[in-house]
Amino acid sequence: MSLMNRMGKKPEGFVEEASLNAVEARDRVLEVALANFRSSVVAWSEAELSRERTPARTVRQRGWRLAAGWALGCVLVAGGVSGGVFEHQQKVQAQRAAAAARVAQQQKVLAEQRAKEEEDLLANVDSDVSREVPSAMEPLAQLMTDDETK
Amino acid sequence: MATAQEIAAQEFSTVVATHRPQIFRFLLASTRDVDLAETLTQECFLKAHRNWGSFRGDSSAMTWLMRIAINLQKDHWRNRRMQFWRQTQSNAVDLDEASEWLPSGERSAEQLLLAREQVKRVWQSVKGLSERQRTVFLLRFVDEMELSEIAHATGLSEGTVKAHLSRALGRVRAELGGKR
Repeated sequence: MSLMNRMGKKPEGFVEEASLNAVEARDRVLEVALANFRSSVVAWSEAELSRERTPARTVRQRGWRLAAGWALGCVLVAGGVSGGVFEHQQKVQAQRAAAAARVAQQQKVLAEQRAKEEEDLLANVDSDVSREVPSAMEPLAQLMTDDETK
Repeated sequence: MATAQEIAAQEFSTVVATHRPQIFRFLLASTRDVDLAETLTQECFLKAHRNWGSFRGDSSAMTWLMRIAINLQKDHWRNRRMQFWRQTQSNAVDLDEASEWLPSGERSAEQLLLAREQVKRVWQSVKGLSERQRTVFLLRFVDEMELSEIAHATGLSEGTVKAHLSRALGRVRAELGGKR
């Protein structure tokens, strides 16, 4: 059966038959390819049908695939869960570190403030307690001025 | 004397024996997966057995069975709920392997190689067809069904079948011509 006939087209008259021949000639490659394709599929399906089906092998293969599927699924779930837990722990640790850093900073500021207060206090005490010490030569200088006035 | 049920069972056995190769061939060509084609063929005959009583003979048994097979195949691919798992379990052979099944016949080694290359290109274009185009193409050129039978089996009009067939052939022609 020609390709055009397979397409459901029927030749009408001599002219159409001639053009049909031209089309058929052009499509010869396609026809051969389609025929080869069909023989290939037929050979394959016949071989598979006549082959002794081994249910045990199929079941084993399917079982293996099912197990592999479940294993893959479990790995994915476990990975997702552990990833989430790890991320949560990282977050908690980061929060803790930030809180510790904040406390340390506050303590440092407090210590600095305390040190400054102490320093100021000591400075006040110094200024309160200290007196001006007269110069060592001052009495003599005083005497000399007295003499001169006399 | 055989009861009506026994007669029906005998009839159905004959139908299975007669049409199983063709149904399997269509499903194998559609899926390129031997296990899946076998499973769908079994499901097809199971469904047919359950509904054998309601088969009125409006169309041939082959067309009726083919319609069931087409619907089963559609359901299989359209049900996307377990698509990922289906894909991981897919057993479809690659195009090279599918093309190896060409009988050598009287051909020389060179001719056989050339023919296999052609078959591979046809497989490639079939792979690129839409679901409907592929179904129509395979029913016509693998199962050699009439256009009216294809229309019956697919639930399409004959005109639509012709249009799908024409587009499918166009792609096959382009694949064969473009890469020559």
